[in-house]
Amino acid sequence: MIELLFVVLLVACGYFIGGNIEREHYRSIAKREESTVHIPTSSRKTVESEDEARVVEATLAYGSVVISIDRFKRLLAGLRNIFGGEVSSYASLIDRARREAFLRMKESHPKADYFVNCRLETAALSNGQGKQVGTVEVLAYGTAIYLSK
Amino acid sequence: MIITNLEAIPGKTIEEHYGIVQGSTIRAKHVGRDMMASLKNIFGGELRGYTELLVESREEALFRMKEQAREMGANAIVNVRFSTSSVAQGAAEILAYGTALKVS
Repeated sequence: MIELLFVVLLVACGYFIGGNIEREHYRSIAKREESTVHIPTSSRKTVESEDEARVVEATLAYGSVVISIDRFKRLLAGLRNIFGGEVSSYASLIDRARREAFLRMKESHPKADYFVNCRLETAALSNGQGKQVGTVEVLAYGTAIYLSK
Repeated sequence: MIITNLEAIPGKTIEEHYGIVQGSTIRAKHVGRDMMASLKNIFGGELRGYTELLVESREEALFRMKEQAREMGANAIVNVRFSTSSVAQGAAEILAYGTALKVS
């Protein structure tokens, strides 16, 4: 009985505090995305051909983040495993991690003109709890291009 | 040392190829950090300890890759790629690899 109460408490903590953390994180992402929106990123492998002669620096930029899912969403994902279908509770986790990683990459070179060859890499860091994955690491990397004015 | 994940460096010509260079490291955080992370697992959100761990090890892997390229006499590394895998609970392996070049 006490064990059950403990589990319910953990899930409730996850629901209230976790939900709050997520909303706050989304707010911060939206704000920072707005302030870095003027730096374009692309996954093309080369710089624009008319810019080729103006490149003064091309350097590696990267940003990474490790994000964990809360207990409540983990429970939802577990339930979803029974019926199958899209596991939407994990979607926001991955989405937050990717956007955050991209932001950190951009923020590491705030004066760059643009970023090319941007790539995302996701690694699942398992965390005990049987086979379930609760923690992901997302790495965003690309090349920051500085042009002569 | 110019490091980029493009296939060539814009505005520079390649003089010599040295082949693949790589650097890797496996790191673990101390127990205190692991405990904090498992507490954080209840609420979700960013695990700063682990982010820090991975950033540090990525820098170390890049540094080792650079050292290897420097020994060969290269002055640039292109087409750099990263890969991460968790080899054990709380430990992660980070690999960085690329092609060493001499450019001018």
